[in-house]
Amino acid sequence: MIYTDLLVVGAGPAGLSAAAAAGTQGLDVLVLERSHQPGGQLVKQTHMFFGSKEQYAAYRGFEIADFLLDMIKMPNVKLQLNATALAAYDDGIWTAQVGEKYIKVKPRAVVVAAGANERNILFPGNDLPGVYGAGAVQTLMNQYGVRPAKRVVMLGAGNIGLIVSYQLLQAGVEVAAVVEASPNIGGYLVHASKLRRMGVPILTSHTVKRADGNETLESVTTWAIDEKWQGIPSTEVIWSADTLCIAVGLSPLCELLWQAGCKMVFVPELGGYVPYRDGNMATSIEGIYAAGDAAGVEEASVAMVGGKLAGLSAARYLGVDIPDESILDCHKQLEALRSGPAGAKIRAGLGKLTH
Amino acid sequence: MRIEEHPILDFNRGKPITFTFDGQTVTSYENETVAVALHSAGIRILSRSQKQRPRGLYCAIGNCASCMMVVDGEANVKTCITLVQEGMEVKTQIGKGILA
Repeated sequence: MIYTDLLVVGAGPAGLSAAAAAGTQGLDVLVLERSHQPGGQLVKQTHMFFGSKEQYAAYRGFEIADFLLDMIKMPNVKLQLNATALAAYDDGIWTAQVGEKYIKVKPRAVVVAAGANERNILFPGNDLPGVYGAGAVQTLMNQYGVRPAKRVVMLGAGNIGLIVSYQLLQAGVEVAAVVEASPNIGGYLVHASKLRRMGVPILTSHTVKRADGNETLESVTTWAIDEKWQGIPSTEVIWSADTLCIAVGLSPLCELLWQAGCKMVFVPELGGYVPYRDGNMATSIEGIYAAGDAAGVEEASVAMVGGKLAGLSAARYLGVDIPDESILDCHKQLEALRSGPAGAKIRAGLGKLTH
Repeated sequence: MRIEEHPILDFNRGKPITFTFDGQTVTSYENETVAVALHSAGIRILSRSQKQRPRGLYCAIGNCASCMMVVDGEANVKTCITLVQEGMEVKTQIGKGILA
């Protein structure tokens, strides 16, 4: 049995920020990370971040991952890689698989920052090799340096769809088209404009009808949809492509929170079922906190600030004297990140969460 | 299929390594996962469903089960988060995999 003050599940932007915040207060922290490489999805982000200085604006995601890893370099914080958290038990014991070993952890508090899962949608052929999550393609090209395809169709014009399309072009891959079911481009127009300047069509009010190929993907059929999101016959276009990227959103990975008995709320604006939490990231179960996409799908800057807030809240719960100003500073940063029209959906979702 | 020049990134692939896929030798690097190494070699079919439909990568970060293969005799290994090792024996998995 491993005893620790704080267990953090996930070494992405939220988990590392939580570990750094609690570790700086002198608490013993154990971070469990499923992958062989820490940093979560930051390691494949090659674009520069927005926001302010505290949120590493103007640095690229993979550089930010290195900053966060430096911040947890202290003797009381242990990062365990290749460690998959498995279960949360009623007696407060959490288990994990570390390589081939099964371990048990008895923490005094927990931050769950497990991230999110890429969604798929239904169409014939969506299981063909060559139909990938957009994040998977980003992993292949930006983390491992593998050109994932020759010619891609991208489904989804949110920020992930737009950014990954641009990164595909940077890696020398042809992007045939970006297809978006909604009548509007969901992502920032600065990203969309870059694609348009490079001649990539962005087709709004269109979706994928089917994917075809002998053993692996060879073509994608798209069609226009009406205001009820039904396909319009005879508008089909067949694109020759060896890869179809699906960028239709993420779902929070909160199985451990369900299992721990946390109250869960269905909030579509935050990606589906998310843990109820107060303004300081505390779930309905005493001593259990949630941060990052597992607490509601937003973006990496929010994950870092939310993670820090969760780490500070856990430290306060464990009896460390945390000044109110530190907590308020996190609130202020979160408010700034969620301000403006781009944050309207998130603000609406968070409004539902507290009721 | 590996990217040699990138406008922003440098790739640290580590030392060369060889392993086998269904008996055929594949050249890779120590910092690559099995799925990445196979993808670089142009191999996109990693397993087959119970109905024999081909399966490839989907999430590449260990969330889904689309990349599960038989590695050194062990079935249901998520090859997207498993690093290659010298001499590893990787096989296409058919159906639900059997405990060795």
